[in-house]
Amino acid sequence: MPVHAMTPDYKGEVLDRLENFHGNQVVYVGWDHHLMFCAAFAYPVPPEMPFTALLNEVMPDAFGMHGEFEKINWEKTEWLLDGQPFIPQLDVSLADQGIAHKSLLRFQTPELTGYQGAGV
Amino acid sequence: MAKKLNIKDKYRLLTRDLDWEYSYEDRKEAFPFEEFEGIKITDWSKWEDPFRLTMDSYWKYQAEKEKKLYAIFDAFSQNNGHLNVSDPRYVNALKLFLTGVSPLEYQAYQGFAHVGRQFGGVGARVACQMQAIDELRHVQTQIHAMSHYNKFFDGFQDYSHMHDRVWYLSVPKSFFNDARAAGPFEFMVAIGFSFEYVLTNLLFVPFMSGAAHNGDMATVTFGFSAQSDEARHMTLGLEVIKFLLEQHEDNVPIVQKWIDKWFWRGSRLLTIVAMMMDYMLPNKVMSWKEAWEVYFEEAGGALFKDLARYGIKMPKYAETIEKEKEHISHQAWWTFYTHGHAAGFHTWIPTDEELDWLSEKYPDTFDKYYRPRWELAKEMEAKGERFYTKALPQLCTTCQIPMLFTEMDNPTLNSFRDTVHNGERYHFCSDGCKDIFEDEPEKYVQSWLPVHQIFQGNCGGPDVENVLSDFYRMNLGEDNMDMKGSPDEKRWKQWKGVA
Repeated sequence: MPVHAMTPDYKGEVLDRLENFHGNQVVYVGWDHHLMFCAAFAYPVPPEMPFTALLNEVMPDAFGMHGEFEKINWEKTEWLLDGQPFIPQLDVSLADQGIAHKSLLRFQTPELTGYQGAGV
Repeated sequence: MAKKLNIKDKYRLLTRDLDWEYSYEDRKEAFPFEEFEGIKITDWSKWEDPFRLTMDSYWKYQAEKEKKLYAIFDAFSQNNGHLNVSDPRYVNALKLFLTGVSPLEYQAYQGFAHVGRQFGGVGARVACQMQAIDELRHVQTQIHAMSHYNKFFDGFQDYSHMHDRVWYLSVPKSFFNDARAAGPFEFMVAIGFSFEYVLTNLLFVPFMSGAAHNGDMATVTFGFSAQSDEARHMTLGLEVIKFLLEQHEDNVPIVQKWIDKWFWRGSRLLTIVAMMMDYMLPNKVMSWKEAWEVYFEEAGGALFKDLARYGIKMPKYAETIEKEKEHISHQAWWTFYTHGHAAGFHTWIPTDEELDWLSEKYPDTFDKYYRPRWELAKEMEAKGERFYTKALPQLCTTCQIPMLFTEMDNPTLNSFRDTVHNGERYHFCSDGCKDIFEDEPEKYVQSWLPVHQIFQGNCGGPDVENVLSDFYRMNLGEDNMDMKGSPDEKRWKQWKGVA
């Protein structure tokens, strides 16, 4: 049952649908085992944005506060898109490589183990 | 002359006999909320009245408590009671209480007033109406208890406005909105039973003992004054469960599902209490882990043994919850510390003594997973770069908490769950929150998630700073940021004559 309501066939208004974001879509980006940042970050970005812009213009501001961020070898970094292994194409737009509204991107840097090697 | 009524007769006349037979209206139309949840009530007269209080004795009793309570508030105020608290950091626990918890008392009043109209049985209606009045009294006395602090500390001034808007306060607000938007029976299982009967001890005992340990007589007195009400509320919560389970066997799976849901939602909500106990109280009462063991595992365990004869099992996810007691307070305070610029109270790094206390209380987890975060924070602070995170976090669609919780068997990895409903992807912090969504997606697609609302331009802007100052009405530089260097701290030092 979609909801236990008094009204038959009750439908809720989807507050976070794409058209409510004025041309942007939400993309979440998380760095696994780096809990200096308590959660993945949420970014409102245009679906046409190429991946390289997300990586080089959007992410460094907040992620760059971590001492290991500049040591990341992006060629060896492993990515997950909505839980599935993913190889980003730098010059292709987010939308064209399947990074949809409210997609979650996670990256893993096994050689970097966080502050004091504690996953921080 | 009429015979004087005894208490029992008076009670019956003033409660049960308020009901009447419907001669020209359809009873189902008079109580339209009673059937849609699938709960079957065969005989309302089997309801055992838990309060047995008539209105006149209720007023008399409450008025006496009120007189004593306000006499103590006056004395507290005239004697500058705020100067006797253990440490000005303590007052931040009160700010969290006033913005996060007191408005829930008001929501409880609204919820009980609603179901106090909607139940077909007069005994249940009267009990809920009385609880509604209690809840209204609680919100009033809490506001009055804390109004003294508002004269001397920042962050108390706009608690009601903040409750409706501030990002982390959407967590308690949406919790109650969810319960109030449910049918009357689910509301009673959610608030009357799960919250008031089982979890309330984990909210009130820590805050009130925290107040006692930290010299806050106003809050302690409020706590005592509310205690006898709470005892009645707990009796009502238990009566509801037993009544539903005894009325019809078809009610058992429905009630079990609500118990599973509301225990999970309640344990998520209590994360703020966990963090308050372990990090915000300068004089500690006990650790969150200890409180959870005493009030949930022991007391709750006994209760569920008692309910087993109806076919009710321990709440689903109880095993996950048991592991979480080692982690959630640390994960939550780190979140608030790193978002200290966007909080309506002050945050700080625990002192060295406090870090050692945490190591002692959490020997299996603190030094391994959480102490390094505070070492990092100290290092950054020493360089003059107090850490404030620069982007907004992903939120759980159900509990609305930032997705800060980790896998309990892999505590350096955030726990991510998601589901796709009608082509839209939704994210959750846990299996519990995901299952709740999947059971009623059309309810939770409407979640007002503060981060998304900011992105949609519904909270002012354009910058986060404008959202904080204009939409949330925080006084930036006064209400928020670190305790160190705050106006609260400066004033305290002046009052105490410390340089």
